[in-house]
Amino acid sequence: MHAAASAAEIAEAVVSGKISAVQVVEATLRRIGERDKTLNAFTAVTGERAIARARAVDAERVAGRPLGVLAGVPFAAKNLFDVAGLATLAGSKINRDRPPAVADATLVKRLESAGGVLVGTLNMGEYAYDFTGENAHFGPSRNPHDVTRMTGGSSGGCGGAVAGGLVPLALGSDTNGSIRVPSSFCGLFGLKPTYGRLSRAGTFPFVASLDHVGPLARSTRDLALAFDVMQGHDPDDPVSVRRAAEPTLARLPQGMAGLRVAVATGHFERGAAPEALAAVARVAQALEVTREIEVPEAARARAAAYLITASEGASLHLPRLRVRACDFDPAVRDRLLAGACVPAALVVKAQKFRRWYRAQMLKLFDGVDAILAPATPFPAPRIGQQTMQLEGAEVPLRPNIGIFTQPISFVGLPVVAVPVPLSPLPIGVQIVAAPWREDVALRIAHVLEESKTVAAPLAAE
Amino acid sequence: MKEDALDALIDASAAMLALPIEPEWKPAIKANLAVTFRLADLVGEFQLPDEAEPAPVFEA
Repeated sequence: MHAAASAAEIAEAVVSGKISAVQVVEATLRRIGERDKTLNAFTAVTGERAIARARAVDAERVAGRPLGVLAGVPFAAKNLFDVAGLATLAGSKINRDRPPAVADATLVKRLESAGGVLVGTLNMGEYAYDFTGENAHFGPSRNPHDVTRMTGGSSGGCGGAVAGGLVPLALGSDTNGSIRVPSSFCGLFGLKPTYGRLSRAGTFPFVASLDHVGPLARSTRDLALAFDVMQGHDPDDPVSVRRAAEPTLARLPQGMAGLRVAVATGHFERGAAPEALAAVARVAQALEVTREIEVPEAARARAAAYLITASEGASLHLPRLRVRACDFDPAVRDRLLAGACVPAALVVKAQKFRRWYRAQMLKLFDGVDAILAPATPFPAPRIGQQTMQLEGAEVPLRPNIGIFTQPISFVGLPVVAVPVPLSPLPIGVQIVAAPWREDVALRIAHVLEESKTVAAPLAAE
Repeated sequence: MKEDALDALIDASAAMLALPIEPEWKPAIKANLAVTFRLADLVGEFQLPDEAEPAPVFEA
């Protein structure tokens, strides 16, 4: 099985008996062993568990029982997902001292129930407060398209593992852009579902009112396959929606019929490098979209998300900051300590603004079905880079990576990030849909994939 | 003036919240806090009615 095989192709081959799940997993473990020395995507490889799980899938097949849609598909999870027997690191040194998780996170269980095989856990920015994929304790994850460049964060290992062909599918999390940023920098498809759609049970939190989880893959079909089997209410996540699963896979071929799409202007053009604007233009042209739309107060929405993140993040980590401040990644510690100093009155105002902004966004979706916007202002920067040129001025890099993702996740809207394969580096475009309409964003992504406007080819080695 | 206020706020918060802040961390904390307050101003100056409700847990 070639490293470029999709989850759908692997499952089909396993179901038809062309290859066994054990063979797939053995090949995957070999490839991780060879490639991950360079990419540094994995923090743990669960080889024994994976082989056992693959044997169970093969035994089901031999017994003639029906196999799941992800039969034999290797996947990996950002290391903030609980995996039974491992301490849930969330990218930190401090969490190494936690007792091992007693059970898998809900989404890991659901993927495995569909036949998937967990092969390991993935590197990430410490406590998910990161857009770079760098990590002071575990080293930076490296971008397979250019290993001197960032994967993007905080789901950096997800970006490296999927773009590098180590696994076809990864589970990530996105509070302010942490699925969409690595998707953009590593040239992948990423789905940040509607807030509350997928269960966060068994994941280490960051900002409760902004945390989302979702898949990264190299095709729309693989995103839909994974998304569909992960849907459904989970009583173990207090914000998990009581809503029946709404499968998306069968809707992918519906095309653009009846869909109204517009390009976001204003905030989503300011501060974008030529590559980001070119990517949006290419996607708009392929979809024959000429309409433009102004997202009201997007810059203020980003500011409010920043403020809530600083404060909630600090609140979560206060006990650890008191006793183990020296054990944090310095870049994360300094921001958390700053967040601890923010007056509550300002944060409450941000939450009030959030409700106002949500009403404006919902109004926009009366007139359109999807909005296009860049995922990041620029392609992957170099690892260690601290500043960037923006509109002729030198500005700090880190806080600016998320300027286009934050105003969207702030009100929980579903987004598919699609990879435009520009040369030498890919860059992502966000397809933003109305709440609970992941199907719309996935349909549009699929149209773009069919026309070869977007694609996630394996990085050259 | 505002610069001094940031220093004072960091020191007071550290004392009240029992946060052990090393002197060499302060420039970075201060720089981060300055950005946060600049963004908070942007949010704060937006006029909302007294009846505006917060949305601490977003529901779509």
